[in-house]
Amino acid sequence: MKPARLGLIVLAAVALLLMPLVAQQFGNAWVRIIDTALLYVLLALGLNIVVGYAGLLDLGYVAFYAVGAYLFALLASPQLTDNFPAIAAMFPDGLHAPLWLMIPLGALLAGLAGLLLGAPTLKLRGDYLAIVTLGFGEIIRVFLNNLEQPVNITNGPRGIGPIDSITIFGWDLGKKWNLLGLDIPSVTNHYYLFLAVVLLAVLICRRLERSRIGRAWMAIREDEIAARAMGIHTRNLKLLAFGIGATFGGVSGVLFAGFQGFVSPESFALQESVMIVAMVVLGGMGHLPGVIVGSLLLAVLPEALRYVADPLQHLTDGRLDASILRQLLIALAMIGIMLARPRGLWPAPDNAR
Amino acid sequence: MAETVLKVDRASKRFGGVQALSDVSLTIERGMVHGLIGPNGAGKTTLFNVITGLYKPDAGHFELAGKPYRPHAVHEVARAGIARTFQNIRLFAEMTALENVMVARHARTRCGVFDAVLRTAAFKAEEAATAQRARELLDEVGIGRYADARARTLSYGDQRRLEIARALATEPTLIALDEPAAGMNATEKRVLIDLIERIRAQGHTILLIEHDVQLVMGLCDRIAVLDHGQQIAVGTPAEVQSDVAVINAYLGASHVVV
Repeated sequence: MKPARLGLIVLAAVALLLMPLVAQQFGNAWVRIIDTALLYVLLALGLNIVVGYAGLLDLGYVAFYAVGAYLFALLASPQLTDNFPAIAAMFPDGLHAPLWLMIPLGALLAGLAGLLLGAPTLKLRGDYLAIVTLGFGEIIRVFLNNLEQPVNITNGPRGIGPIDSITIFGWDLGKKWNLLGLDIPSVTNHYYLFLAVVLLAVLICRRLERSRIGRAWMAIREDEIAARAMGIHTRNLKLLAFGIGATFGGVSGVLFAGFQGFVSPESFALQESVMIVAMVVLGGMGHLPGVIVGSLLLAVLPEALRYVADPLQHLTDGRLDASILRQLLIALAMIGIMLARPRGLWPAPDNAR
Repeated sequence: MAETVLKVDRASKRFGGVQALSDVSLTIERGMVHGLIGPNGAGKTTLFNVITGLYKPDAGHFELAGKPYRPHAVHEVARAGIARTFQNIRLFAEMTALENVMVARHARTRCGVFDAVLRTAAFKAEEAATAQRARELLDEVGIGRYADARARTLSYGDQRRLEIARALATEPTLIALDEPAAGMNATEKRVLIDLIERIRAQGHTILLIEHDVQLVMGLCDRIAVLDHGQQIAVGTPAEVQSDVAVINAYLGASHVVV
């Protein structure tokens, strides 16, 4: 490795490690925004496998996020023990599933949900696939909203809480720590965990991209018939893309539930799916750096625009509603970016890799 | 006695009211360039698509290198050993030339998700071998210098050659070329003929659909002629050229000189 490249990596690593410590000086809210953005990066990376690599438009991706989040919520909150005496009898101390178990289980369950969605929809393409996946996403949300009658499983629109905070080897991320006189608040703890997970996800994506499997996905995206003529079993590989993409969503959901301490169906609305698709497309489909930039931008932009929308509201004596104005600005920014850079902010370079 | 590579016995295919193929039989022997010609709408492409699994035949028996195969799924036919190119080029446009050929090694390689993520020794060895083979094939068809260019940026003739390299990468028993010279100028055709000759010299067996009669006559060892979904003649180029039924089909009955 060239020394210049090594230097760059060390510099980036130091910057990533110090970032929350700097950001927390301006208020924990900023670190919280970054944490949420990291969860979105994880979601966008997962969706990129389905949309960017295999070329299958999935508008219901948030369903897998919901599966992961509700899994952790149910197994690490009083919800089940309160409603089912049998479970309460089995776990007298309450349900407190550990994270190291929940992450693989969330990945597995979401992956199975991905296969479940993929299997009946494989013959569909393009617009038709988009509509069916959109329906799937809504079905999951409607289920979560209504699974409180006749037996209360999800607690309906009131949501589930309080969920245990994330604990790793006795290190409770929900508590404030003091390190050599420096306060490490809960949001900063989470930052380091999420960063580690995202870096691992990037590594997995990169390795998949440059492999026999990744090339087969891209071949299907480019020309399905030609891909088949190369001996590629397109049905199985599409299922694989759905499954692996979904696991990322599941892991992200588990982390989200532990981070928020509360989940409700409104976190998993269609709007979220659309945002994740927008992150992938805006950044540059199928190109990892682009997808990361796109998701960071779209996750942080709405928050940053609060600081623009509020003064504008004061300027007009409150006639402009800040939240609507914010939506308008996000929409304008997205239209502007797509007009100026139709292949995304940072698409794959034109020649070679 | 030459070895039979492909044997099609009484293949039929109907589209609604049109009998596109009726009881067409075809035998291709190892090391040959076997031409398939006929006027427009004769059923050449239908036969081609039936053999390669794109269309499901209504009837017929199919054997590849002595083993029966069911042409019901394109990827299975490809795995069985028939590689094809497409009349209207179908490359993986956004992938590089090298990646296009590497994709074609899919059915002949094994590494899965876990090998890829863990970068196992088996994965590294297989990946290196795949890339090396792909480079060799690009060199062989003469476009090695464009290995890292995206397929869509290649010239028309080079795209055709990349399709052939991709077909070769699947380790085919039979290579089926669907109008490889379509849209080519004289120079490009010359290069293509040389390439096909070279591939045959390596021992490959080729099935060729082509409109350019001169090219077919010059290149093929045997030719089958289709008209209205039926085979009307089969033989060496000289035999086919003097066949009354063939002249009838191409030029109309009045042109037959008795």
